[in-house]
Amino acid sequence: MNSSEERERLRRLMMAALDGELEDGERAQLEEALERDPDLRAELERMREVRQVTREMTWREPPPEVWQEYWGSVYARLERATGWVLVSLGTLVLAGWGLWRLLREIWSEAALPMWVKLALFSLLLGLVVLLVSVVREKWVLGRRDPYRGVER
Amino acid sequence: MEGRGVGPRQRARDQGAAVEADEQSLVERARGGDLAAFAALVERYKQRAYYAALGLVGTHDDALELSQEAFARAFRARRGLDPGRPFYAWLYQIVRRLCFNFNRDRALHRRKLEEAQPWLVAQRRASYADGDPARTLERERLRERVRRAIEQLPDFEREALVLREFEGLRYREIADLLGIPIGTVMSRLYAARRRLARVIEEQGGRKETS
Repeated sequence: MNSSEERERLRRLMMAALDGELEDGERAQLEEALERDPDLRAELERMREVRQVTREMTWREPPPEVWQEYWGSVYARLERATGWVLVSLGTLVLAGWGLWRLLREIWSEAALPMWVKLALFSLLLGLVVLLVSVVREKWVLGRRDPYRGVER
Repeated sequence: MEGRGVGPRQRARDQGAAVEADEQSLVERARGGDLAAFAALVERYKQRAYYAALGLVGTHDDALELSQEAFARAFRARRGLDPGRPFYAWLYQIVRRLCFNFNRDRALHRRKLEEAQPWLVAQRRASYADGDPARTLERERLRERVRRAIEQLPDFEREALVLREFEGLRYREIADLLGIPIGTVMSRLYAARRRLARVIEEQGGRKETS
């Protein structure tokens, strides 16, 4: 075992000693290391002080009504999500249908100059390009998300 | 949502409270879309989920919102639930992901925690003052600095510290919850405590020079 691995092992033993999780035999190993290394002893003392301070602290309790209303809020979220899906779906279908009808009307309008039709075509094409770009950006960003691996 | 009579939300809560089945059965029923069974799981784990989020984001309102959102997402993703695994371990993955994303977003938008009430307070039994007001104040200041230092810890270190110190989990439990080796739990704890030790040392140094 090289010195950096040994150092890492001793650090872990220090943590186990602080948290009461030392296993048989490990205590003697740690004590032996502490005996010969004053820096390690000093570090353990500093860690003990940290542990002492954190042990003096606890959670701030939320108001009791939080627990009574908790499920209600979760339920409301579930319900709203269903509502949003239905609204979005309906909007998409209706908007698509309306747009299709509008395009057909305009395109078949003989009196309308060609440049207006082309401008309309350009506008729609631009909107599609922007939409695709945003979706792709989101997708690429999602793939590079450093916390992606957090979810099992 | 709820009318004058008993609404579906209330009904589900009442049914949820009445359910006394073991977790596996609740999970199986929740998987099938049974809201009452899911409500019972929420009742069972709401405090743990809330405190887990509080430990990771440090503000009451955000912790409440994120933990509730985690339950809502858990229900929407219920088909991925494995009745053979503890429900909380699965839920915790959603909570921590939401919290880490929230922290990242907060850092990007430079939102501050300053206005929020402290999420950690002194234990009632903590008494290190010996009746000396100056020592009491000094100790309070130290706790305040340490709390702020915890808020500045990298997510993974903060998480390990919170699970150990404030949720009281053992190394094996933390490792199982996070899906990492015990050695990694200890290394993260060491890194977190080393940073906190520097804060305490700085306070000590300032005291000496003042």
